[in-house]
Amino acid sequence: MFRRLTHMLSCKEASRLLSQAQDRPLALGERVKLRLHLVACTACTRFARQLAFVRTALSRYRT
Amino acid sequence: MQETLVAALRAREGFSERSSVRTWLTGILKHKIVDAIRQRQRQPVFMATLDGETDLGEFDPLFKDNGAWEAPPAEWGDPENALSRQEFMGVMELCLERLPPNTARAFMMREVMELETAEICKELAITANNLWVILYRARMALRQCLEQNWFMDPSRHRGGG
Repeated sequence: MFRRLTHMLSCKEASRLLSQAQDRPLALGERVKLRLHLVACTACTRFARQLAFVRTALSRYRT
Repeated sequence: MQETLVAALRAREGFSERSSVRTWLTGILKHKIVDAIRQRQRQPVFMATLDGETDLGEFDPLFKDNGAWEAPPAEWGDPENALSRQEFMGVMELCLERLPPNTARAFMMREVMELETAEICKELAITANNLWVILYRARMALRQCLEQNWFMDPSRHRGGG
């Protein structure tokens, strides 16, 4: 359990979780791991902001 | 359907505001989605090509073997500024058109029609996992396309735009 919680996510795993966070509530363990990864990773922090922007941009097509 | 398209095209000729472009495009996108759903009810077109679009595979060109970014996302500055530019929305439309058809459908159902994932899964007869993979792929592809064709394209930023 402890090992699973502290397993560091790769950017690949983090990017998948960030995408899924737009479609389902993440579990507590997933949120913790993601938070830890984002603190240390500029690239994924950028990616997270860009995903949010993509969603905003697409919301322009809603009527 | 044809009449609506003609009306939409006619309306397009006279557009002067960004909002009418959006309305026009939304109409087209929604018709495409509705068409796709109707078609699927007649024959399972979605399932026919689903495998290729949900296969995450061992090899993902966007990441190195250790899971690090092959090319880390670039700094986009204040991307919100782009939203007020008609050319940007044009680039986004082109990027959306490059998505594989089933991916685009599922993605539009989620982001434009704002359907819950459970509804989309039911409609397209796919699992939640399949859908998450499809949506992930769509977002990755769109992000990369916007980066290459807008945010990192020097010709788009003349005059500091």
